[in-house]
Amino acid sequence: MDKETIYEGLVRRGVSRRDFLKFCASTAAVLGLSSSYIPQIAEAMEKKEKPVVVWLHFQDCTGCSESVLRATKPTIGQIVLDVVSLEYHETIMAAAGHQAEKSLHDAIHKYKGKYLVVVEGAISTKDGGIYCCIGGRSSVDIMKEVAKDAAAIIAIGTCATYGGIPAAKPNPTGAVGVRDIIKDKPIINLPGCPLNVENFTATVVYFLTFGKLPKTDRLGRPLFAHGILIHDNCERRGYFDTGEFAKKWGDDAHRKGKCLYELGCKGPFTYHNCPTIRWNDGVSWPVMAGHPCVACSEPKFWDDNAPFYAEVTNKDSFFAKASKIGLGAMAVAGLTKKENKE
Amino acid sequence: MARLVIDPVTRIEGHMRCEAVVANGKVKDAYSSCTMWRGIEIILKGRDPREAWVFVQRLCGVCTTVHAMASIRAVEDALKIKVPRNADLIRNLIMGNQCVQDHVIHFYHLHALDWVDVVSALKADPAKTSELAKSISPWPNNSTTYFKAVQDKLKAFVERGQLGIFSNGYWGHPAYKLPPEANLMAVAHYLEALDWQKEVIKMMAILGAKNPHPQTFLVGGMAIPIDPESQNGINAGTIAALNKYADMGIEFVEKVYIPDLLAVASFYKDWANYGGNVNFLACGEYPEANGKLWLPAGVIKNKNLKEIYPVDHKKIMEYITRSYYTYSKGEKAGLHPWDGETTPNYTGPKPPYEYLNVDGKYSWGKAPRYEELPMEVGPLARVLVAYASGHKEVKEVADMVMKKLGVGPEALFSTLGRTAARGIIALLTAYKIKDFISELAANIKKGDYTIANTEKWDPKTWPAEAKGMGWHDAPRGALSHYIVIKNKKIENYQMVVPSTWNLSPRDHKGVRGPVEEALVGTPVADSKQPLELLRTIHSFDPCMACGMHIVEVKEE
Repeated sequence: MDKETIYEGLVRRGVSRRDFLKFCASTAAVLGLSSSYIPQIAEAMEKKEKPVVVWLHFQDCTGCSESVLRATKPTIGQIVLDVVSLEYHETIMAAAGHQAEKSLHDAIHKYKGKYLVVVEGAISTKDGGIYCCIGGRSSVDIMKEVAKDAAAIIAIGTCATYGGIPAAKPNPTGAVGVRDIIKDKPIINLPGCPLNVENFTATVVYFLTFGKLPKTDRLGRPLFAHGILIHDNCERRGYFDTGEFAKKWGDDAHRKGKCLYELGCKGPFTYHNCPTIRWNDGVSWPVMAGHPCVACSEPKFWDDNAPFYAEVTNKDSFFAKASKIGLGAMAVAGLTKKENKE
Repeated sequence: MARLVIDPVTRIEGHMRCEAVVANGKVKDAYSSCTMWRGIEIILKGRDPREAWVFVQRLCGVCTTVHAMASIRAVEDALKIKVPRNADLIRNLIMGNQCVQDHVIHFYHLHALDWVDVVSALKADPAKTSELAKSISPWPNNSTTYFKAVQDKLKAFVERGQLGIFSNGYWGHPAYKLPPEANLMAVAHYLEALDWQKEVIKMMAILGAKNPHPQTFLVGGMAIPIDPESQNGINAGTIAALNKYADMGIEFVEKVYIPDLLAVASFYKDWANYGGNVNFLACGEYPEANGKLWLPAGVIKNKNLKEIYPVDHKKIMEYITRSYYTYSKGEKAGLHPWDGETTPNYTGPKPPYEYLNVDGKYSWGKAPRYEELPMEVGPLARVLVAYASGHKEVKEVADMVMKKLGVGPEALFSTLGRTAARGIIALLTAYKIKDFISELAANIKKGDYTIANTEKWDPKTWPAEAKGMGWHDAPRGALSHYIVIKNKKIENYQMVVPSTWNLSPRDHKGVRGPVEEALVGTPVADSKQPLELLRTIHSFDPCMACGMHIVEVKEE
């Protein structure tokens, strides 16, 4: 039987042409592409077969899967039923046990060389893998087997990318990210605790539209999502530059939306597109709501960016000084722009 | 001996494994084992107690919020911080929103496929499905055209041959009892619930900055300011948006979830005979303005609803006799979490392995016991304790549900009762959220914008040593965190989570944990397709993906 394209699947489920083009437009926006790319994205969706996806869970909390469940453009129903063919995902699949294992093995044999692997959670390497076993097999074993014939791997969340919370000091279980185990496959890192679903959708669409994975920084993160510091896109940036800071929870400055740097904000050290795409369909993001950024998309943020409620003093003296004197002049001179390069 | 291995069990969170012995078509014995460990208790040592919640929230992203709540309460208890009422209200809204959304997701996306045969829905008559839907609910999506469209989409999906998440299900299993029309209705609502859950949770996204893993929790209060004259605080627009999502929650639970639950349950009343337990613990939840909890705390022993015992955390001990840990006081010792130890000692088989050594240690989960007894926690415990305490709202809804199903309170001690209790709690919580919003609005009107008590924010104000504990009756059950603070740092941190209670392995006396006990006696029609076991396991809403081994003993 012919496999249907993504667009056919969406039409079958009652998605209008107008909504389809809106989805393509919003994806182009997340990817940081101009509107001239919309027809190219639309064409790819119309012509490309649904990619087969195998989703693995290791030392995780399922928060990244939950984040993907909150997708709105397209919705999770559309993603699961139309945009991709999700052959294995322990949290939502109907099959269990032998039948579940059959789904996994069918997928990696039938779509050999073509399937995408999504990995959620860290991989435990210590003591022969005893700290994370599924079906009596260690996470390292399963990762290697499934990666072998994959087209590409998308590591989602800070655990699968860099080890995340289980790898926080003293890393009791030897937790690592996918790139520490798999060396011979294209791997893209989509960190965040959890990852933001908009960046996941945009990565899949990028792959389908351009036939390759997006350009990344040296940490394997796509530039469209991690190219610019939170600080440089922050809606409270003006107050940083003029030296106006919230000092206490609920004080006047906090209520009026002034800068959270002195309450511990890690926005100046974090490359992530939270301020532009926000969370849950654009409802909010931590700084907007009034809580400092904790740098959740940075590799070792649990150690390097903690304590979360302390102003960073040892990290970058430039910022430490700036917070005291205000940054107006320096900002005008463009000295604070910190772009993340490949 | 014929042996059958099932691994992993899906539609649950995390990594967990059970081995069960089946004889004469019934489960004779069961062993529940957690197969993943991250050592977060160890990672927390020496860190700032104020940020513990950021770490422990990552215990689980499905029941996000819950560990953050228990953690800030534990630190506030240790430092004797009284939280302003507004912070309690914002927390209540976040907890309530989480509970309602989580219970609906559990029913449709984690549990329904144990009762609903997706393939059978293809045979349904859309006109009769519409009649059925109209007879049980005024929900607007109930026309013949609507159900025909859902069925057509499902057909096209099946005919394409790429079944994705529905492939290799137990379709056609003899334990499925719903007529095709009820199956079609449930499948339609499975898809609707997928769209609903991402919308209703926006209440948490507004108050918590994002979901999963909201980020406005704070020791001493909340980090989201209130200011009706500012665009950066909770203002009148926020209150309007909260009401919108609260109404969306009520509508779906009232008109879709509860009618579906009752319709499905009416075909599975025999499940009131399986999957029960005898001891229950609820820690109570949702602080009211009068200082009391809206849902009461209590302990029930041996199914006796006439006597409710008060909950005292000092009576909790954790055992590791059959868990992959050692204690300095020996294998048989029980430790209160304040004195808890987390020293891994894996004695299980080397991976890859086929079976656990169930005669020895077999789980990364400890065995918590209350006065030496295993306790079931969760919606059923919450309903039973409230019902037996004469809680008016719980009694009304629980009586309505039992009346519609034609069963008495004894039917609650079962897989069916556990699944029904989750619906009862979801409905009452959806209603209660409206009260919390009104109270918050009234406080703002009075000019009370306080969101945090910052007197003890500076660690210099802390005593040299302090210890505290925090309860939270999370969607999956009673959760408690324990902290010992020394020289401004975390000296010890322990968590006794709902799934530690429910999925506990055997203890120092060899007594089974609640899931292990509930599985005994479960009928198994086809041991190659143990759908019935999944029903009982899923009814607990385990917070760890469960790898499950069934050992079938040849009938003698």
